[in-house]
Amino acid sequence: MTRSRLAAAGVAGLLVLLLLFPVYWAVVSSLTPESRLFAVPALVPRQLVFDHYRALFATRDFWTPIRNSLVVAGSTTVVAVALGSICAYALARLRFRGQAPVLAFVLAVSMFPQISIVSPLYLLLRELRLLNTYPGLVLPYLSFAMPLTIWLLAGFFRQLPADLEEAAAMDGAGRIRTFWTIILPLSWPGIATTAILTFLYCWNEFLFALSFTLGPERYTVPVAITLFRGQYQVPWGEILAGAVVATIPVAALVLIAQRGIVAGLTSGAVKG
Amino acid sequence: MAAIGLRGISKVFPNGQAAVRDVTLDVADGELVVLVGPSGSGKSTVLRLIAGLETQTAGAVLIGGRDVSAVAPQHRDLAMVFQSYALYPHKSVRENLAFGLQLQRVAPSAIAERVQQTATALGIEALLDRKPAQLSGGQRQRVALGRAIVRRPQAFLLDEPLSNLDPQTRVATRAELAMLHRRLGATMVYVTHDQEEAMTLGNRVAVMRDGTIEQFAPPLDLYRQPANVFVAGFVGAPEMNFIAGTLSSHGGSYQIASPALKLDDISATVPPGTGAPRDVLLGVRPHDIELTNPGAGNGVGGVQVIEPLGATTIVHLRTDVMADQLLRVLVPPDTPVAVDESVGFRINMDRIHVFDARTGVRLPGTSG
Repeated sequence: MTRSRLAAAGVAGLLVLLLLFPVYWAVVSSLTPESRLFAVPALVPRQLVFDHYRALFATRDFWTPIRNSLVVAGSTTVVAVALGSICAYALARLRFRGQAPVLAFVLAVSMFPQISIVSPLYLLLRELRLLNTYPGLVLPYLSFAMPLTIWLLAGFFRQLPADLEEAAAMDGAGRIRTFWTIILPLSWPGIATTAILTFLYCWNEFLFALSFTLGPERYTVPVAITLFRGQYQVPWGEILAGAVVATIPVAALVLIAQRGIVAGLTSGAVKG
Repeated sequence: MAAIGLRGISKVFPNGQAAVRDVTLDVADGELVVLVGPSGSGKSTVLRLIAGLETQTAGAVLIGGRDVSAVAPQHRDLAMVFQSYALYPHKSVRENLAFGLQLQRVAPSAIAERVQQTATALGIEALLDRKPAQLSGGQRQRVALGRAIVRRPQAFLLDEPLSNLDPQTRVATRAELAMLHRRLGATMVYVTHDQEEAMTLGNRVAVMRDGTIEQFAPPLDLYRQPANVFVAGFVGAPEMNFIAGTLSSHGGSYQIASPALKLDDISATVPPGTGAPRDVLLGVRPHDIELTNPGAGNGVGGVQVIEPLGATTIVHLRTDVMADQLLRVLVPPDTPVAVDESVGFRINMDRIHVFDARTGVRLPGTSG
């Protein structure tokens, strides 16, 4: 009993160490002076400086990509969850002709390799004069994020006891009202999870962002960090500092949300 | 309050399973009708068809004489109590009760008053600000009932409302439901698989099997005049004994013979033309049999099991009469009887039921 427990704790600890080490290394390196970056590595840094972070915001204007990323990822998430939850509810609960093909089609859309549609999308966006605009990124992101949203939420809605919706119907509530007053309040763990995943996807997306933005005023964080690289030198310190900064909002979001995301929100609804 | 009518209603599910077949049923205004049957008999589907939660494949549903077949459940003005209670988990008890009234656009002050009244009537005032998760099973059941009552609907539909309660609470709540029905004078359709619940609660009881109604009658009529073998076996506890026999006519009277059973003539009046010898099943309720000394009664048997229930005792006899089944006899608790003992038994011939062995239908005129 105790021995197996110890072994389990050991394995878990090892895994955590394995996962956290790159993060640790990035943080430490981003705080190491440029001159020491290529010295013999040491697990415990001897000197920590904020030079790279200062450079990031003072000389490179890293605020702009952060703002861009927040706007693009934020609006994609809001639209995807708002529209996606309605679609998902319909797919989960209503019975209509062609339900299975619709679900399959939705899934198929997300299966396209991104690279295969970059060129057509580029031409399309150019015609629509949406290149280098926020909608020019939000729309393509939506097409990839919505299938994820719909599938996740449809799965979540299916788990809610159908009795509740029937009880609401007997109480005199129509479909839309049932969705607003009964389903949504009970689904927020699922919606929060979906929102976080959508946000993560958009925040980290690189290929579309690189292809459909034309100047620093619209670069998102991943694009901006990539383009730090100059012709003759790679500013590793600043790149890592940028990476750390890019991770912070996402990590914060997940930490805040996960506290609330508990299963069993429907406890007390039906027997048990 | 309103009467409910089903006119030749059927439900075939998309997978081809026929859950309800051509059911016609009338529930009078203010009547409590119980639908009872084993699981899979279609009783819950009938209830859901009345509610509008399922759409019939044939037939019509009438509420207050109006055909509501095409009306959505939220516009039928019926209240339903679910087996799972289906309370809204994110709403307090007060909000659960008020929800339906809010949808009817009742004034907030009137809502507060009606919620309070209902809560007082059901003894759940103290729970009004709790969430369903903080309630016991019995309390949830009351809240579910309250949510139905507070709306003053045309009729109440109850889907096995007591089956998740422990036995003591169940019996107490059953009595309360009966009083509630009398006080409200409400039309109620009540679904259960428990024949005892059906017998004690129903003004009339519809016994269902395989999607059809086998018999629809007041409880005691079901008990005294079961229309067929299924109803006879389903209603009454302990279950009726069925003994195979043959019916033949001798002049004007009819005689039932059964191997290893000494039977007197019974004065069964069977319609002309049906009197030819044929196989029948004799239905005998356990309390219509008494134990005698071996050789004195209609037959003998060996005592296999004795089940003392307190007020009565059930004795299971192995007899030649029923090769594969034990004969159940209900005896007074002080009857001196022991396991493995050989005893005789006497059947009260005035109380036997005779069924056609092939169709299972009760032969007319046989008493019960």
